[in-house]
Amino acid sequence: MNPIKNISRRTFVKSVGLASGGLILACNTSVFSDKEKDENKDLTNFNPNLFVQLNSDGSLILIASRSEMGNGVRTSLTSVIADEMDADWTKVIVQQAVGDAKYGDQNTDGSRSVRYLYEPMRKMGAMARAMLISAAAQTWKVPVTECTAENHFVLHSSGKKIAYGDLVEIAKNLEVPTEITYKNPKDFKYIGKKLRGVDTEEYSNGSAIFGLDKRLPNMKFAAMQRCPVTFGTVKSFDKTAALKVAGVIDVIEILRIAKPFGTLGGIAVIASNTWAAFKGKDALKIEWDLGDNASYDSEKYMKQITENVHKQGKVGKDVGNVNKAFKNAHKIVESTYQLPHLAHAPMEVPNAVAWVQGDSCEVWAPTQDPQSARKEVADYLETPEDKVTINVTFLGGGFGRKSKPDYVVEAVAISKAINAPVQIVWTREDDIKHGYYHTVSSQYLKASLDKQGNVTGWLNRFALPSIASTFSPGVDYPAGFEISSAANVPFDIKNMKVEVGQSPAYVRIGWLRSVINIPHGFSQNVFADELAVAAGKDPLEFRLNLIGKDRIEETEDPIKYNTARLKNVLKLATKNANWGKPLPEGHAYGLSVHYSFYSYVASVVEISMAFNKVKVHNVYTVIDCGQTVNKDTIKAQMEGAAIFGMSLAFYGKITAKNGAIEQSNYSDYKMIRMNEIPKVHVEIVESTEIPTGVGEPGVPVIAPAIVNAIFKLTGKRYYNLPLSDYGLV
Amino acid sequence: MITLQINGEKHKIDVAPEMPLLWAIRDIVGLTGTKYGCGIGVCGSCKVLLDNSPVQSCMIPVSAAEGKNVITIEGVSKNLQLLQESWTALNVPQCGFCQPGQLIAATALLDKISEPTDEEINEAMIGNICRCGTYQRIKNAIHRTVELKKQG
Ligand code: FES
Ligand code: FES
Repeated sequence: MNPIKNISRRTFVKSVGLASGGLILACNTSVFSDKEKDENKDLTNFNPNLFVQLNSDGSLILIASRSEMGNGVRTSLTSVIADEMDADWTKVIVQQAVGDAKYGDQNTDGSRSVRYLYEPMRKMGAMARAMLISAAAQTWKVPVTECTAENHFVLHSSGKKIAYGDLVEIAKNLEVPTEITYKNPKDFKYIGKKLRGVDTEEYSNGSAIFGLDKRLPNMKFAAMQRCPVTFGTVKSFDKTAALKVAGVIDVIEILRIAKPFGTLGGIAVIASNTWAAFKGKDALKIEWDLGDNASYDSEKYMKQITENVHKQGKVGKDVGNVNKAFKNAHKIVESTYQLPHLAHAPMEVPNAVAWVQGDSCEVWAPTQDPQSARKEVADYLETPEDKVTINVTFLGGGFGRKSKPDYVVEAVAISKAINAPVQIVWTREDDIKHGYYHTVSSQYLKASLDKQGNVTGWLNRFALPSIASTFSPGVDYPAGFEISSAANVPFDIKNMKVEVGQSPAYVRIGWLRSVINIPHGFSQNVFADELAVAAGKDPLEFRLNLIGKDRIEETEDPIKYNTARLKNVLKLATKNANWGKPLPEGHAYGLSVHYSFYSYVASVVEISMAFNKVKVHNVYTVIDCGQTVNKDTIKAQMEGAAIFGMSLAFYGKITAKNGAIEQSNYSDYKMIRMNEIPKVHVEIVESTEIPTGVGEPGVPVIAPAIVNAIFKLTGKRYYNLPLSDYGLV
Repeated sequence: MITLQINGEKHKIDVAPEMPLLWAIRDIVGLTGTKYGCGIGVCGSCKVLLDNSPVQSCMIPVSAAEGKNVITIEGVSKNLQLLQESWTALNVPQCGFCQPGQLIAATALLDKISEPTDEEINEAMIGNICRCGTYQRIKNAIHRTVELKKQG
């Protein structure tokens, strides 16, 4: 069955948010994907999830199923269709899809949007072009072979031409072609080119509507006080003072929902404006039952998990014989690395608007995963999912935080209780203190070198509270997916062992931009640098040797990794940085290379130090992410990732005392600012391989490269982050 | 009753005088381009021009803005408009959320210094956080605007 159909004359187009009229193609992308749920694979029924509509005025509407959060996905995906279709970029309109399984997987996470949708998008564009060409050929009564398409027109060899819009009426009656020809990649006009973002103007004039900007008639504003300790509950509360605040309408208790994405619960203040809600919240008097997590002290916890990695752990991987390698070693190197919790802190705090009416509910929210939000809301209201509409607004940053719809459930709970539309707004303090934190980790690495400086044995033993603990309370060891990025290191080492230590969770643990690659990328890259020093070799030469000969590594993943591509990005990054050439006095380089989200990234950083403070001057990043779709988006993502990586290297640290998070705002959870930025130089490897992740893989390389550069410059090795703890920034 | 003059238009609003200007603009007047990011004056998302000076609207009470001229991102100013063009041309925004505040800070800078150096840009923009890390493009877009103005 053809996964793409002409549905111009079908009645259900309205249900996907398109006005009827025009030429409408629909595609079932699950045919192309390696991951979509099995029910979508049932090809006897046509369940399209991707739609494109060409109207007679020439406008081309595309439904974007993925969320825009600064990742440029609305632009990238649209450009693929527009290019294959030979459409005019200025005629493209992107419409955001509501959260619904009919759009296929909408979770904008794991850097995979482009990977899954690239092929179906191309195919749809190519089909539309072919149909328009045959419509023109019919009109002119000429063979299709005499017609070509260009920039929203079909041209005939005689020189006459006709606009796409004028062909719609004929094209919409045509069957989709069974055979199509794709454009030659060298003729791409948009794919792989620098392209203006479809939303840039709205972002620059203040008209873009983020979740926080949604307004409904008679909408109330709410803020909520949650227990300082994760999963603590309300014992009693006094709302008198809060109710006295001008503008406060009501104060209600919201119970915790003990689900991964359920609300933490607390006391909600409903008001006629945000500020009154915030003030009312501050005026609340609440007595808490702090619960089991009140003992959490992150400093003590670090000591405890560090002890756990200094003794035998559970085996996650065991190849060859590490002990024998260690026994026969010429040299042994061992180090322990400690990294703290991090918070996402997207510029736009969690927020959502909900309006519950009877058994139906409509939501407007900045969410990375509208389908999961829909499911949570339907569960909460005990109503069927088709009674719940999730409208996706722009996201003021996500980084993983906004794929967890606890804040959406809160808005729904409050709207239901007060029987009115309401917007819940987290304060920045709420965001920092009640997040889904990036894990805290301790990692012990030990390796043996032979006389020639080759690594003969490698042990990585680490402990970190697992993301799995958020889904299965009680999980107290790292999970399989957290082990694999330590186990699949692309190093050619005969004897390798990975062990994990006990590490229970006392706060909600969640994924944050590049996830487990932050600790693993850090320890592997710093340790490799230490080994190079121990072997008396240049870090670049040592690293290339450690990766070893060109080979495709067999893993369970659908996409295999290729050590030649890994070495290539490293060679290019060092070449761009002029690695090995003299630098200005007092400057030094550090390098780092990491494979994640199926992409290969290397970074070289150039630093100097004055008065014991690190200054990063240049970052040379090279990424190989397969066929590129929008080069400028990739470049922007690498630039942003360098800053994100620097923020965590310099300042990123969330700590807990007596179960409560100690940081509160950007004042004590600091970010890199304009005066600290380096020049970021980005090279994107030309490739025809499958497109792979871009949003995340640029992050993990930055911190270790900086630490390696500091060592080069000062001879001092720093094992823990952030660097502000050492007074280095 | 407090009378605010925002982007040349007068708004009579009935709010507590200590309500921060930010919330009066967003929730009472209904202009949502000005953003909440921290509420304590450290992120710059809420910047507006108050009689041509950049201020964090989360930090000043609405009463302090009375009788003054408030310009928000929705407003019109020569430099703002030129900067917006550069922002688009260089694809500055990622998530876009911080950009109204960045543009207001940059406008105030160019209103004061027609050809700022990198250091002067740093100083003017240091109060504005961009979690997406678009700083380099912001800097380039400011330089580009200056260049275009020089060429007339
Ligand atoms: S919201 Fe005003 S400075 Fe951050
Ligand atoms: S563009 Fe996202 S915070 Fe600046």
